[in-house]
Amino acid sequence: MQQTATNATISELRDRIQHLEGGPVRTRKMLPFGVPAIDGVLPGGGLAYGALHEVAGGGTGTVDGAAAALFVAGIAARTRGKIVWCLTRPDLFFPALAQAGLQANRVVFVESDKEEDVLANMQEALGYGGLGAVVGEIVRLPMTASRRLQLAAEKTGTIGLAVRRWRRQSEANDFGQPTASTTRWRVSVLPSEELPVPGVGRPRWLLELMRSRAGECAEFAVGACDDKGRIHLSAGSAHGSHSSSRSLAAG
Amino acid sequence: MTRVVSIYLPDLPTDRIRRADPSLPADQPIAVIARSGAKRWVSSADVAARKAGVRVGMAAAKAQALFQGLTMIDADPVADAQALERITLWALTQYSPIVAIDALDGIVMDTEGADHLQGGEESMLIGIANRFRGKALTARIAIADTWGAAHACARAIRRETVVVPRGETVRAVERLPISLLRLPEKIVGDLRTLGFQSIGELSATPRAPLALRFGPEIGRRLDQMFAHLAEPIDPIRSLEFLEVSRSFAEPIGAAETIDKYVGRLVVQLCDALQRQGLGARRIDLIVEKVDGTRQAIRAGTAKPARDVAWLTKLFRDRTEKIEPGFGIEKLSLVAVMSEPLAETQRSSSLIEEDTRDIVPLIDVFGNRGSRVYRVAPVASDVPERSLHRIAAASDDIDVSWSHHWRRPVRLLLHPELIEVIALLPDHPPVSVTWRGKRRKVKRADGPERIFGEWWQRTSEWVAVRDYFVIEDDTGERLWIYRSGDGVDAATGSHRWFIHGIFA
Repeated sequence: MQQTATNATISELRDRIQHLEGGPVRTRKMLPFGVPAIDGVLPGGGLAYGALHEVAGGGTGTVDGAAAALFVAGIAARTRGKIVWCLTRPDLFFPALAQAGLQANRVVFVESDKEEDVLANMQEALGYGGLGAVVGEIVRLPMTASRRLQLAAEKTGTIGLAVRRWRRQSEANDFGQPTASTTRWRVSVLPSEELPVPGVGRPRWLLELMRSRAGECAEFAVGACDDKGRIHLSAGSAHGSHSSSRSLAAG
Repeated sequence: MTRVVSIYLPDLPTDRIRRADPSLPADQPIAVIARSGAKRWVSSADVAARKAGVRVGMAAAKAQALFQGLTMIDADPVADAQALERITLWALTQYSPIVAIDALDGIVMDTEGADHLQGGEESMLIGIANRFRGKALTARIAIADTWGAAHACARAIRRETVVVPRGETVRAVERLPISLLRLPEKIVGDLRTLGFQSIGELSATPRAPLALRFGPEIGRRLDQMFAHLAEPIDPIRSLEFLEVSRSFAEPIGAAETIDKYVGRLVVQLCDALQRQGLGARRIDLIVEKVDGTRQAIRAGTAKPARDVAWLTKLFRDRTEKIEPGFGIEKLSLVAVMSEPLAETQRSSSLIEEDTRDIVPLIDVFGNRGSRVYRVAPVASDVPERSLHRIAAASDDIDVSWSHHWRRPVRLLLHPELIEVIALLPDHPPVSVTWRGKRRKVKRADGPERIFGEWWQRTSEWVAVRDYFVIEDDTGERLWIYRSGDGVDAATGSHRWFIHGIFA
């Protein structure tokens, strides 16, 4: 209760400052995760629309970026409108994204040969407006490029999601470089939730919020996206099924 | 620097006859007979006829005597020319904005900046060859730096396609006969008399005496071939195309000026389309410069379009690629492909903005050379066959994947062989070694058995894959399978592969 009151005061102050600055007064919308612990840490109570967010995999996941991609797919699934997904390596297996609640009809893939084209296509899509989210799988994200993406996103209020994935694990040092993105996440795999029987339970991730503009860093152990793209805070025990409907949980 | 493709159709007259009359058996030799005065001679012979010994230029009576079963058909140069024009117009809509008829039996086109859309020059040429073969037309295709070089190479090769790399023109053509220089027959004959055989010999000879004896023609053709002299291709046009153009008394060159006039032309073109109830699918912007060269920019749309803002955007993106050189004399905008487009009610502002049409955005991506697609389910249990790409602008598909098993986020393009310690037949592995890293399996799900699809390939009649989801002690989750059911050797090799990575 205390926390929300403080947040309200701060956001009111922020609005007033923005008003004094004379910039365009935007009503910034948020996409909450629906997990109070995470939304509480993020300024505004969720992932900001009209901003660029960066997600990378941790550990060996920096190369394949599987967890990062699914995390992003879960976010995209909770938005409305078409999704533009820009990439160079077409190894995404869509049935998995469909299991995270992302409909195939909503996603338009844009595959290019060069890394720069991915950035240009992302910028184009972010500037177009009216989309749910724009996702790009990129290796390098220089400061200028990220600033362009951030500005394009701000202009139309579209969410920009950059999945950072590298070709070699050694390249992942690049993730330390500063960018203009609003938040920066790292998703690493954790052992799955324990089941009372042998088998792989609901996947769990270590979600690290490594940077958040005007906010604090934090980390969470979460259960991976369910069939509506939602994550939940994981206690590491056997509660919570993989899907929201019981009948599908037979596996 | 231009890149020119020359398509040589050596058997056009006989191919045309075959296309017009499909009942002709494939092995029936055909010769086309032309008349000059009282003389009747063979002007074209197909492969079967040539095998029988019929040669072009042979007297008709001799050809008939040579081979009894020869079908002889009177030549119809007008019909041949019409057929060639039809093919050329078709190639214009398919491959490049600058396409023209080359002599009597070929097509020439400038594909600079168009090949990347078809996977590079090599695969573009193979693609063209396949399309022509599919249309029952024999074609030999060459790409080179200049029209002259491509023309000569297409006619000299025995293979179907040849790519002359950039800057290698001299090496490619020096041994070719002088008859491929596109010179009048009289000059070629005289040069032969003088002892010239190859283009290399001719180009090494001092120009002045040649010019004195034969006029400027030889020097001009040689210069054109070696790109010392520009040879613009005048693109073929059809009356059906909607075309708007603007000539400038004073050549223009500044980017803003070009943008301004392109914008005006788009408005004019949209008006013209509107009058005819059409929407453009492919539009070419042809830039004619003062030095006689042409540059073309093609924009395509996924759906018929008549929207000024949309079409302007497609060109604005790329007007920076125009090299004005010494100035631009004329800009033309041609709708080379258009389809009927009826007026429809646009979504009003009462409806939420969410339903914004993204076809214009798709076109921007497509014209940049990116592949734009959606994926759709295929009714197949085999993972790599369970989806296919569909056009990004196609209608929504109602079905989705109905897997009760979890699917990995990344699917490896080719399953990779792994080393596994496992108890047969249906226990999950105990340890897995992939890319040199050994992992202990902590937890596993499976097996999920996937059967081969015998209706796809008979070799899959009994094939089986047993998939397992495994998790190692660090929490990484992998999708692995054993080829075969673990008991019967006929069902697979019993080797283990990794196929995907879970989140």
